[in-house]
Amino acid sequence: MDDETTTEERGPVTTLATPIRLDFEFTPGIALSHFLRGLERGKFIGQRCPKCGKVYVPSRGSCPTDGVPTTEEVELGNTGTVTTYCVVNVPFAGQSIEIPYICAQVLLDGANLSFMGLIQEIPTDQIRMGMRVEAVWVAPEELTPSLASVKYFRPSGEPDADYDTYKEYL
Amino acid sequence: MSAAATARKPVRRPVSIASFAQADNVRRENERNEVEMLQPVVAEVFANIGITKDDIGFICSGSTDYLIGGPFSFVTALDAVGVWPPRAESHVEMDGAWALYEAWVLLQEGEIDAALVYSFGRSSPGNLSEILALQLDPYYLAPLWPDPVSLAALQARALIDAGKATEEDFAAIASRSRKDAMGNPKAQVASDISAESLMKDDYVVSPLRRHALPPITDGAAAIVLAAGDKAREWSDTPVWISGFDHRMETHSLGARDLTSSPSTAKAGEVAGVADGSIDVAELHAPFAHQEIILKEALGLGNGVRINPSGGPLAANPIMSAGLIRIGEAAVRIASGEAGRAVAHATSGPCLQQNLVCVLEGE
Repeated sequence: MDDETTTEERGPVTTLATPIRLDFEFTPGIALSHFLRGLERGKFIGQRCPKCGKVYVPSRGSCPTDGVPTTEEVELGNTGTVTTYCVVNVPFAGQSIEIPYICAQVLLDGANLSFMGLIQEIPTDQIRMGMRVEAVWVAPEELTPSLASVKYFRPSGEPDADYDTYKEYL
Repeated sequence: MSAAATARKPVRRPVSIASFAQADNVRRENERNEVEMLQPVVAEVFANIGITKDDIGFICSGSTDYLIGGPFSFVTALDAVGVWPPRAESHVEMDGAWALYEAWVLLQEGEIDAALVYSFGRSSPGNLSEILALQLDPYYLAPLWPDPVSLAALQARALIDAGKATEEDFAAIASRSRKDAMGNPKAQVASDISAESLMKDDYVVSPLRRHALPPITDGAAAIVLAAGDKAREWSDTPVWISGFDHRMETHSLGARDLTSSPSTAKAGEVAGVADGSIDVAELHAPFAHQEIILKEALGLGNGVRINPSGGPLAANPIMSAGLIRIGEAAVRIASGEAGRAVAHATSGPCLQQNLVCVLEGE
């Protein structure tokens, strides 16, 4: 820094960099651990509320409607319905999939909570609400306790689901 | 200090602490997430008085996402209550004692008659010293990463230099707290150990030895507040909030006299601590020496029983330890052990912000 310049010449300080980094250990919890261990085996594991009977996949351990523990474990199948979707056309840093691609909410058969999934093996202009899809898993030796174990969903070839079957989950 | 007299603020509508519950205070919740930790506590606080969430008009919680490094954990925590159909709800990034204050203010307005207040926090997933450094002024203090133990040690040193306390006093407070905690099944640190033995501890940051520091705790707590007919319907021995206030001091530690707590004194005046004799005080003094400062600020004599639960030296769940002080004080009154009690909660470094709640039986 030039010692000859005065504070007036340098002007007011407008920016101050104070780097912050914190590291954490993540505790998924008991219910979510069951879900993640299921993914490691190539299975979707949900939990049922003993009061309202809804099946949450994944469950966080307590029914968000009734506030009671969801203790009954439910193994769900591999198929589900697209409740809503979007086509991603915007490139962004760290993007790992070639655009355009489809991001959808998938309601697994028997579940009462949809979750986000990638839809592939279909032209992007053919995706639609109600489309029946099935999960495609990574190779058995690549399965981990993570949603990365689900490679993507693809059309199952079944006729579209009736709107009434998924209208509550939009 | 301002020359203006601080007026005692009368309570417009009596509100009672109708129920209290807390999780086991532990060093580390290995398996359960926040929702799984909180759900049984909320269930218990309702079951104690035989009510459900449908009897509650308002929910207010206290927590901070910085503890687990996860965004909106206070939203997911609502799963522990179940908020469908939609409920009136609020949250403070403060200890649950301040969430209780917000609920109490709403109850004063008279629109609702009952509120659920809860708080939760797991300190184990991150580095608590680093996390708490980030609550400091972001320009001059936080970039230096001063940890809370070092800041508390500055305060303890100032207290000793002012002739207001000795290191032996800190050990005596820790010894009494640990012994009292033996009667508290929820406590984390409990043992029958003398002050002389504790003086053999090493310094963590001089003049604070290990025993003068709070434990690191994962925990959760909940209280149901009730007004009007519901207060009497839910309890034969209602515990009333007779005064309530909170005050804060400047962010700049250098601008404060760390050996006194004018914010606690003022909150105590407004809450009417001196309007009657105090039997029990539950003080949120995470570091042993802070109890001495708080005792002076609230004008508590030697006859007052301090922290019969063991206090924060026995369990210090961040975001819940203040709320637990109110619950523990209420328990003493409901059981008939005390007629009038004061509960205190603190936030920020070196007792920066303080809340005082006066409780009375009938």
